Amino acid sequence: MKEIWIIAKRELKSYFDSLSAYILITVFLGLTGFFTWLYGSDIFFIGQATLQPFFSIAYWTLFFFIPALTMKMIAEEKKSGTMELLLTKPVSDFQVVTGKFLAVLLLVIIALAFSLPYYITVSLIGPVDHGAVILGYFGMILMSMTFISIGIFASSITNNQIVAFLLSLFIGVFFLIIFDVLSANFTGGLGLFFNYLSLSPHYESIARGVIDSKDLIYFLSITTLGLFLAKTVLSKRNIVE
Amino acid sequence: MSILVENLTKKYGSQRAVDNITFEVKTGEIVGFLGPNGAGKTTTMKIITCFMAPTDGDVKVNGLSIHNNQDDIKKKIGYLPESNPLYNEMPVLEYLEYAAKLNGVPASKVQERIIEMVRLTGLNSEKHKNIGELSKGFKQRVGLAQAMIHDPEILILDEPTTGLDPNQIVEIRKLIRELGREKTVILSTHILPEVEAVADRILIINQGKIVADGTAANLRKQAQGVEVLRVQISEAENSNTVFNELKNLETVAMIDPVPEEENTFLINSKENVSSKKNIFNLCVKNNWVLTELTPLETKLEDIFRELTTN
Repeated sequence: MKEIWIIAKRELKSYFDSLSAYILITVFLGLTGFFTWLYGSDIFFIGQATLQPFFSIAYWTLFFFIPALTMKMIAEEKKSGTMELLLTKPVSDFQVVTGKFLAVLLLVIIALAFSLPYYITVSLIGPVDHGAVILGYFGMILMSMTFISIGIFASSITNNQIVAFLLSLFIGVFFLIIFDVLSANFTGGLGLFFNYLSLSPHYESIARGVIDSKDLIYFLSITTLGLFLAKTVLSKRNIVE
Repeated sequence: MSILVENLTKKYGSQRAVDNITFEVKTGEIVGFLGPNGAGKTTTMKIITCFMAPTDGDVKVNGLSIHNNQDDIKKKIGYLPESNPLYNEMPVLEYLEYAAKLNGVPASKVQERIIEMVRLTGLNSEKHKNIGELSKGFKQRVGLAQAMIHDPEILILDEPTTGLDPNQIVEIRKLIRELGREKTVILSTHILPEVEAVADRILIINQGKIVADGTAANLRKQAQGVEVLRVQISEAENSNTVFNELKNLETVAMIDPVPEEENTFLINSKENVSSKKNIFNLCVKNNWVLTELTPLETKLEDIFRELTTN
C-alpha cells in the first residue's frame, strides 16, 4: 500500500511540475463554466437551478483529457528506461500500475473539486437537488476511473505516447458511443448486451439519482480489467517462453 | 550476501543471449564482467535484479531464489542500469528521497541517507538542480547514489564509469573499491584496465558463455605459460656471437632477434624456469653491457581478444 502511495505522489507532483495539471484544471473549468453559465442550454436558458449542463460538458471534457493524462504513464517510462529502474525496486508490477492510476484519479478529483464554486453559486440562485449533484459528481468519478484504467492499459502496450493517446480514445469511443449505437440497432439479447456494455446508460442512471449495484459493478469491473490488463502487459517481460 | 547463478539461460527468440552459465559470487567480492557488446552481461544483470525472468536456470541470492522471493531480493540489491535512466524533470534531492522511500528506507532515516549519499558521490554543488540539467558525469553519480541509498548488501553496476571524465573515473573506482570491502559487487565494463583496477575477480563472457574466470594475475599466468624477456646488449663485438651464446644458455627455449634494432632479442625460456640470472651472468662474463632486460607480460587485452574472437 505504501509503495502505491509513494508512486502516486511522485506522478501527481510531476503533473504539477510540468504545467499539465494547471492546463487541465484551467481548461476544464473554462469549458464547463462557459457552457454552464454563458452559452447554449445554460442554466439561464433552462431557467432551472441545476448542474445538468455542467455534468454533460464535464463528461466530454474528461473523455478527451484523461487519455492526454494517461498516455505518458507507462509508455514514456518504458521508452526512457526508467521503468527498468522502477521495477527493480521492491515494488510489484501491480503497485506500479495502481500508483499511476491513483495519481490521475486524484488529479481529476482535484479538477472536479475546483468546480464546487459552480455548485455553490447555482444553489444560491434557486433550489438545487443536492442528491442529484452529489451523485453527479460520484458518477463523474466512476466514469473517470473507467477511462483512466483504459488509458493506462493503452499506455502499457506501446512506447509511443501519441499511439497510447489515440488508442485510449479509440477504446473510449466504443464505450461512449459505438456500443450505444449498436444497442439501438439490435433487438433482443444482443441489444441488451450492447446496452449493458455502453457507458452512458450506467452513468445516466447514477446521475438521475439511482445507485444500482449493477452500475457500480459495471464501472468497477472495467476499471479492474483495465488495470489487470496493463499489469499483465507489464509483466510480459517476465514470461518464460 | 552471496550470489549463486545456476545454469542460467535466456533466449530472445531463437538466439541465446545467456547460454547455461554458472558462477558464484561470494560475500565481499568485487566481480568484473568483461565481454564484447551483446555478450550477455546486461541480460545476466537484468535477471539477477529480478527485472527479467530467465528462460531456464536459477539465481539464488543468499539462498533465496529469484523465482519465489523477488521482493526480498530486490530490497538487498542496488542497481545501476546501463543507460542510467532517471526522471529528468525531478530535482536531485527529491529523486533521491523518492528512491529511498521506494526502497523501504524508514522515514526517520531518509534525510540522513540522502545527506550521506550526496556527500559520498560529491553531488553537493548540484543537489538543487533538476536532473535533466546535470552533465553526464553528475547524472551518473545520481544513478550511483540512488543505487546505494538503501545501503544494499549487493551492488550491481552496469558500466558505472561511462561518460565520466578521468578524474571522476578514478573517484568512482575508489568508491567502488571502498564499498566492496563490505558489499558484494558485480560490475560490467568495456574498459580492461578498469576491471583490473577494481575487481577481485574477472569473468569474461562471450556469446552467452563464460570463457574465463579468475583473478587478473591468474588469467595472465594461464595465458602466458612461459617467460618472455626482451633483452638488449650493447658494447658487444659481434651480434652473431651474442645470439649464439644466448641461444646456448640451458634455460633458453627460443630466441628471436628484434628486427631493425641492433643486439636486441626476444627470449622465450623453457617451461617453469627463468633465464634472467643466466643472461646476466653471461653478460658479466663477456663484459657486455646489459641495457635492457624486460619481462614481457601478456596483456589483459590480448587475453580478452584471444578469448572473444573466433
